[in-house]
Amino acid sequence: MSTVTNTPVPDVAAPPVGKRRRRLENHGKLAFWLLLPAAVAVFGVIVYPILRTLLISFFQVDSVLAVDTPFVGLGNYASALASPGFWASMGRTLYFTLTSTALELVLGLGLAALLNAPMKFRWLFRAVVVVPWAVPTIVNAAMWKGIFNAEYGAFNAVLLQLGLIDHYQAWLGDPFTSLNMVIVADVWKTTPLVAFFLLAGLTSIPKELYEAARLDRAGWPRMFRSIVLPLLVPSISIVVVLRTVEAFKVFDIIYGMTRGGPANGTQTIAYYTYVTAFSDQNYGVGSALSYLIVMVILILSTIYLRVLRRSGMSLV
Amino acid sequence: MNIISLLVRKPLAIGAGLLAGALALSGCSVTGAGPSGGATGKGTGTVHALFMKQAGYSEDDVAKMVGEFEKKNPDIDVEPTFVSYEALHDKIVTAAPAGTYDVFLTDVIWPAEFASKGIAADLTGRIPGSWKTDVLGGALDTAKYEDKYYGVPLFPSTKLFYYNKDLVASVGASEKDLQTWDGVLKVAEKIKAKGKVEFPLSWSWSQAEALVCDYAQLLGAFGGRFTADDGKLAVNSPEGVAALQWMMDSIHGGLSNPSSTTFLEDDVTKSLAQGQTAFALNWESTLRDLDDPSISKVVGKIGVMQTPAGPSGDRPGVNGSMALSIGSHSKNQDAAWKFIEFMSSQENQEKYAASSMPSWKSSYDKPEVTKTNPEVFKAAGAQFDNLISRPAMKDYNRASQALQVELQNALLGKKSAQQAMDDAVAAANKE
Repeated sequence: MSTVTNTPVPDVAAPPVGKRRRRLENHGKLAFWLLLPAAVAVFGVIVYPILRTLLISFFQVDSVLAVDTPFVGLGNYASALASPGFWASMGRTLYFTLTSTALELVLGLGLAALLNAPMKFRWLFRAVVVVPWAVPTIVNAAMWKGIFNAEYGAFNAVLLQLGLIDHYQAWLGDPFTSLNMVIVADVWKTTPLVAFFLLAGLTSIPKELYEAARLDRAGWPRMFRSIVLPLLVPSISIVVVLRTVEAFKVFDIIYGMTRGGPANGTQTIAYYTYVTAFSDQNYGVGSALSYLIVMVILILSTIYLRVLRRSGMSLV
Repeated sequence: MNIISLLVRKPLAIGAGLLAGALALSGCSVTGAGPSGGATGKGTGTVHALFMKQAGYSEDDVAKMVGEFEKKNPDIDVEPTFVSYEALHDKIVTAAPAGTYDVFLTDVIWPAEFASKGIAADLTGRIPGSWKTDVLGGALDTAKYEDKYYGVPLFPSTKLFYYNKDLVASVGASEKDLQTWDGVLKVAEKIKAKGKVEFPLSWSWSQAEALVCDYAQLLGAFGGRFTADDGKLAVNSPEGVAALQWMMDSIHGGLSNPSSTTFLEDDVTKSLAQGQTAFALNWESTLRDLDDPSISKVVGKIGVMQTPAGPSGDRPGVNGSMALSIGSHSKNQDAAWKFIEFMSSQENQEKYAASSMPSWKSSYDKPEVTKTNPEVFKAAGAQFDNLISRPAMKDYNRASQALQVELQNALLGKKSAQQAMDDAVAAANKE
């Protein structure tokens, strides 16, 4: 390093080749040591488990301490795909993902528009709205489980006092109803996140565009369609991809609210995988299921990004 | 170099290298487990113990027991951890390779799995022969698998029948009318007709092991068994179907609370404590909570008796005992055994007889012990002589889940009783 500072170097000319290489090598060493902790974390905590899971998915492993683990090739994938439980939970997961993402997007857009409106104490509203998202999922699950309780739940009390029902219902008692109730809990928690993503998009739209549109006598629906929506496409695409992937992996809220019941009505694919791997101790099939989930998520994300990119260009 | 190869090729190569190294170290098993990772240790040091949060002996009670043990064994330090019953099995399994817990609580339905998969250590050599005669009939078998013992029974448990004395008396009935399930339904009808409570019976019928426990007790009353002689699930027998049909009828007749399909035992206790339920099955530890004025409106009004008889005349209780086991990968098994010996000792168990039943035969003849909890001792004592066990299957968990789902399908009116039990048997016995 000292040679570099001592030798007068012309402004534009590069240092001699030998010196430059040494400097790069020094930089390289420094970079290596700086990056090492991150690399260890990434490989140790992410890459290694991913590859290990892939490996296990090709073996029959029916105990966490199994020593005798015969190689079964793609057998675990085949048996996962052949099981009716897999397709049933896949269907429920798809329903959960589509419904919750759609609801969160619509409600989030409305919320973002409200939070973007000029009003007093806007900072306060913005701060309050974020609270549901700040609640840990497992706490959220316990809370909604209490709200929907068949005997003393607040939801029953409200509906009864409004005269909408004439006796208490077990909201988490019917398979399909309880799946929808879990969606309600998930939407309540996640809408603020979606709203904030969209709010960021909204605030970045220049005011001049609205003014120009108003001069052209455009109404609100037209401005929404021609200005807000196209310019929000990047935010929406991020939200949709994020939420689809998150919703597809839904686990903790199910674990907290219903544990997959009643009659497996809320057993999503992630919960099914957990039960297969850890409760039934069928780690081979469990690992195969994890990889199937990853594949579905990759496919979904690719389709979304393609569609949104294309529609984004066509709208602009 | 393009982005994909930058992102994928290098990590893949390094990852594969890491993986190969790990496999070489672990002796070529994909789980990384060797045949044995455990050690007996020096009989001192720290013992990590896994318990459950429950209705019987509480976390405070365990803390007291641990304190006492540490006083007697100053060179052993016990670190208890508590999880809910619903999380206990998976916690034991996932912690097994690391040997995190030296001692853990095993439910009666898990020894086959834990033994055959090498998770629990074989304790046969440590158990004194005298225990076979001194421990309550069948309790020592709680953690037995293929003639070996994998745990020591601690506070054996079964479901007793609880009834609200005031509600029963209000229709002119008494305990004598409750000796059979038919009798219970007749009294329930009168209580409902009088408008005392909307649903006289509540059950823990949510999709959980609790549902199988209630079903076990009814199955026994109808004279059925879980498995056929070949050890496979056979609840589609006439008795198995009749028991389920009885459960469905009690919901359709408006006698059983339809919300029962969302209840665990704790919800049933709450409903009893609020006076909203007249009859329920629950563990023997429930009476203590129902007589606790801080959480109960029915203090002193709850009677407890042996489970009612069914058409077969049988009235067995479900065997819901638990045992303390040692993790096969525990590095401190001698100290762990000392702790288990202390916990399961007659002296220690008798101290907590007000909430949990001891596993030693002679405790039931000691007036100074039974007087702490006379009603439960009477009912449980009779029931411990006649228990119905859930099957000892290596993959019990899978079978139980299949059974839970199909029982719920029938209770929710999605399937007929016969269809549900046929489907449960098919799903559970599938290879």
